[in-house]
Amino acid sequence: METHVQPFPPSPQPSPLKGEGVMNASYDETSRTAAFLYAVQECLRSALGSIQAHGLRSFLTMLGIIIGVASVICVIALLQGLTQSVMNELQGLGGNTLQVRAETPVQDRMRGKTNRLRQSDVEQIKFRIDGVSNVTPVVYPRFSAGIRNGDNSTAAQVIATTPYFQLARQSFPKYGRFVTESDDATGRRVAVLGEQARLDLKLPDNPVGQFIQVGREWFKVVGLMEPRGEMFGQSQDNYLVIPYRTGLSLSGLAGQPDINVLLTVDDIESLQDVTLRINALLRRLHKINAGQLDDFKVESSQSLAQTVSRISSTITIVVAAVVGISLIVGGVGIMNIMLVSVTERTREIGIAKALGAPRRFILMQFLIEAMVLAMIGGMIGVAIGYLLSFGAASAIPNFPPPSVPWWAIAGACGFSALIGVLFGILPASKAANLTPIDALRHE
Amino acid sequence: MIQLNNIGKTYRLGSTDYAALIDIDLHIARNEYVALTGPSGSGKSTMMNVLGCLDTPSTGTYSLDGEAVAGLREDELARVRNRKIGFIFQSFYLMPRTSTLDNVAQPLIYRGLPPALRQTRAAEALERVGLEHRMLHKPNELSGGQRQRVAIARALVGRPEVLLADEPTGNLDSKTAKEIMALFSELHADGITIVIVTHDPTVAAYCQRVVRLHDGRIAEDRRQAPASIVPSTLVTEG
Repeated sequence: METHVQPFPPSPQPSPLKGEGVMNASYDETSRTAAFLYAVQECLRSALGSIQAHGLRSFLTMLGIIIGVASVICVIALLQGLTQSVMNELQGLGGNTLQVRAETPVQDRMRGKTNRLRQSDVEQIKFRIDGVSNVTPVVYPRFSAGIRNGDNSTAAQVIATTPYFQLARQSFPKYGRFVTESDDATGRRVAVLGEQARLDLKLPDNPVGQFIQVGREWFKVVGLMEPRGEMFGQSQDNYLVIPYRTGLSLSGLAGQPDINVLLTVDDIESLQDVTLRINALLRRLHKINAGQLDDFKVESSQSLAQTVSRISSTITIVVAAVVGISLIVGGVGIMNIMLVSVTERTREIGIAKALGAPRRFILMQFLIEAMVLAMIGGMIGVAIGYLLSFGAASAIPNFPPPSVPWWAIAGACGFSALIGVLFGILPASKAANLTPIDALRHE
Repeated sequence: MIQLNNIGKTYRLGSTDYAALIDIDLHIARNEYVALTGPSGSGKSTMMNVLGCLDTPSTGTYSLDGEAVAGLREDELARVRNRKIGFIFQSFYLMPRTSTLDNVAQPLIYRGLPPALRQTRAAEALERVGLEHRMLHKPNELSGGQRQRVAIARALVGRPEVLLADEPTGNLDSKTAKEIMALFSELHADGITIVIVTHDPTVAAYCQRVVRLHDGRIAEDRRQAPASIVPSTLVTEG
């Protein structure tokens, strides 16, 4: 503790303690700042001493803060981990990819109307919009008979699309090949598998050349895609790509197919611009009047990422606020014990006052004690919450690893210190306002 | 040094006023050795509180070392207590959890002295009362006499104008009490002003001057030849 730089050496000591009043009081003047720092140091020391002296009680006092901070940190860590993994996924999609899909406003839906993009919309986007590449339609046909390899079946999503899909999604085959122009043109029965679909169907590591049943049709496996991992605990590899026209012809002609359009923007800077131009084009094609809502939606992975991060930060704030209330309960606990402590130490306070402790010193002493108590609780809480979040993340299957941002740690410690000071004010001023005589007389 | 003029102290008990001190005039010069005696209820304790700046008188003026202290605010009184008065209490009033050295150094904290200097001074004060070998002990590891010596060292450490002792031997056996009184006599011989509040005539016998209070007034103020000073280290039998 004694690492202080001494402002002046204690050397010229006149013969110690002889002759009262010889010493002028000004002999002992220290600069105000130094005196304040020594006082703070002393208060910290006495706070730690008193916390140590009542170990169990101090721990129980901190418990409210510990639990509060631990839950805040745990929840934030899990949410942040989740958000980060989603963001990483979205980044993987490529920032310059746009997706156009049909959107049915609520009013239309209530009228029983379902909006669709048309095949002609795909062509129009391809030919009328400059600065875009890899424009490809995508449909997701469903097969009631499922996808099977003998007795093994998979719930893989069927994606019917063109060769441009792999460029638009930045996703390429590991074995074999993707669907080709000629596959599409002739409506060939070929399929490219995602890793999870291959596992479910119990096909060999390299499934190229195998035959599987999609609906009632036999498909030849021509490729296996690179695995993409998981998002939200769901495999991103549970899919099956077939040629676009094959998909259209097999999905039956009942109703219009729900066509999505994927495309990449050549210059990322023009993303906003392209989005607006597609918007204007489709409004014109769909004869939507000014004031009417779009019957489609143009999304970028960036806008998705923004949405995810907005949702995540809202949830974080709400949860942190709810759990933060428990910190206030913890603060009341601290106030309670500090009041007891002041009563218990009334004699001690009386002695300090008799020896010349000014009011503000006693005030500071108890404020610092409450603050130290709360801050230690906060730090223990951060540690526990940290461990807890890793425990919880590993207990939930496929949950991404948690991430504790520095602002959460700083915030938790700062907030606990603030709670300590706030709830220390009452006990501290009670202590500081005792008169020395009454305090000394206290039994 | 200490100059009390016309001091009165009135307490309000319920609806009636109770005068603890009435019209006290007292002058104590530098290096006097005074016993303040009287039966219980005579106003001794109130007198002690007023002299020690723990309490302010209702009327009158009190000048300590040339400074008028009767009308000071609480924090100014704290400063006066810290710099000009050394207290010694009947039940020692040491901090139980801190070492002897830190107990003695405590008043210097409020003066804003750096830790190293506080420790040096405390060590000197402990040496002065013959406890340099007990610096790191806790008060509960010491005998009653040693505890009172620690308290005296704490009173001395700030080099006060006056030592104010309230029944300093009240909790001690007669042999230890003699040792403590011998220590006071030594300190007096070194030039320190001492005021001892006591109801014990054998304690008062050590002093040069006895001020007896009765019903809040000074009933007697006499000088006497102090009882012989026996150096504390030579005391063997009571």
